[in-house]
Amino acid sequence: MQYLLSGDSLVLDQALCNGCGRCEEVCPHAVYSVVNRKAVVANRGNCMQCGACRMNCPAGAIAVSTGVGCAAAIIGAMRRGDGGGASCDCA
Amino acid sequence: MDKVSCGCGGGSPVQLTHIEMQAGPAPVLSTVVMWRDVLGGWRVRWGMGRMRYRVAPGLYRVGEPDKQSPVLVTANYKLTVDAVRRELAGLSVWLLVLDTKGVNVWCAAGKGTFGTAELVRRVEAANLAGVVEHRNLIVPQLGATGVAAHEVKRSTGFTVRYGPVRAGDIRAYLAGGMKATPAMRRIAFGWKDRLILAPVEVVGVLKPAIVILAALTVLDVLRYRSLSWRVAADFAPFLAAMFAGGVLTPLLLPWLPSRVFAIKGAVAGAVCVAAALIALPGGAIAAAGTALVAIAIASYMGMMFTGSTTFTNFAGARLEVRRALPPIVVAAALGAVLRVAAAFV
Ligand code: SF4
Ligand code: SF4
Repeated sequence: MQYLLSGDSLVLDQALCNGCGRCEEVCPHAVYSVVNRKAVVANRGNCMQCGACRMNCPAGAIAVSTGVGCAAAIIGAMRRGDGGGASCDCA
Repeated sequence: MDKVSCGCGGGSPVQLTHIEMQAGPAPVLSTVVMWRDVLGGWRVRWGMGRMRYRVAPGLYRVGEPDKQSPVLVTANYKLTVDAVRRELAGLSVWLLVLDTKGVNVWCAAGKGTFGTAELVRRVEAANLAGVVEHRNLIVPQLGATGVAAHEVKRSTGFTVRYGPVRAGDIRAYLAGGMKATPAMRRIAFGWKDRLILAPVEVVGVLKPAIVILAALTVLDVLRYRSLSWRVAADFAPFLAAMFAGGVLTPLLLPWLPSRVFAIKGAVAGAVCVAAALIALPGGAIAAAGTALVAIAIASYMGMMFTGSTTFTNFAGARLEVRRALPPIVVAAALGAVLRVAAAFV
């Protein structure tokens, strides 16, 4: 399933990519495939912007803005007057 | 920080029912999940005692692990540990439990408590390099949001291998020589996964629901000068709306129209509320007011489900809240005015 703005902020700099395949390994939505030792964004619309690929790219080739896709957390942050500070208050 | 419920835990440590201490470097963890554990799981999902559902962090032995046995990493949320140990019956592995403050792997990785620093700290505290001869850590794939594999390698010498998303695939993953198939890497989010979250949604609106039902009772008494069967008939559309928003929306998520959860909730709500109003008809103004409030509730509950899914993102959810919240509030306010007016005409 896809959501509003899915994958919008995902940027891959192929020039930096060393083809290690970590992004493909960690992505839970099969967004990447590695072709000829270069990562390719194959299914951008499935990306939930979790940041696992950015976190695990040893070459720093991936940028993506992350955050919880949770209306309750966003409304909570709005009520505190904190527009960018939505966090999942799981604990 | 305000409390936003998303079904995870926190609080002071609780010991597992069946940890026996034994001679050796790590306590033994049983793979048998008792009925008490299962019952506890239900209580947590229904929001009771959620704050105390932790396992003490550290290294545990499952079965009879030796220097070659694999090391699995997990969070110290008890439901997570239960889900993992249930799958390990008959196997001999080490289980390294990180201190995530009683929060599951996915939520904790998002916060960074299931993260590189905590993993490195636990590997060192358990002297893992002396306990096993190999240098592999099996980290659940959903922990990848918090763990940078290359940094763990640099700090500890251990190679992070991302295991399957689901605990149920651990056995097959280990049997297959620590190779995850593409299916093991995907988040499926099937109807069972969605339905199990329904209690969280329903409990979330319980307090406002009681307020609304109490207000309805007062309005009915004002209108009819007595408590009558009509009160029960008046409740029906609101209960239908809660069912639509809290149960039907999660269940029918892929088939309800639009990518916007508030619209999915409103559509499910409109159908259920209409059915309730047709089954138990009343005055036109009261019905219009009821419909507006009830559909607003279903829509709001639908929107809240964004936090329980596995494919929403922050920017999209923020856009949805900005676009959907004002009409929801206006509809609910207008509906309340109509409903009060109907009590006096
Ligand atoms: S993780 Fe980074 S370097 Fe490795 S394949 Fe993906 S983009 Fe390329
Ligand atoms: S942000 Fe998450 S979902 Fe998106 S491509 Fe990276 S790992 Fe996949």
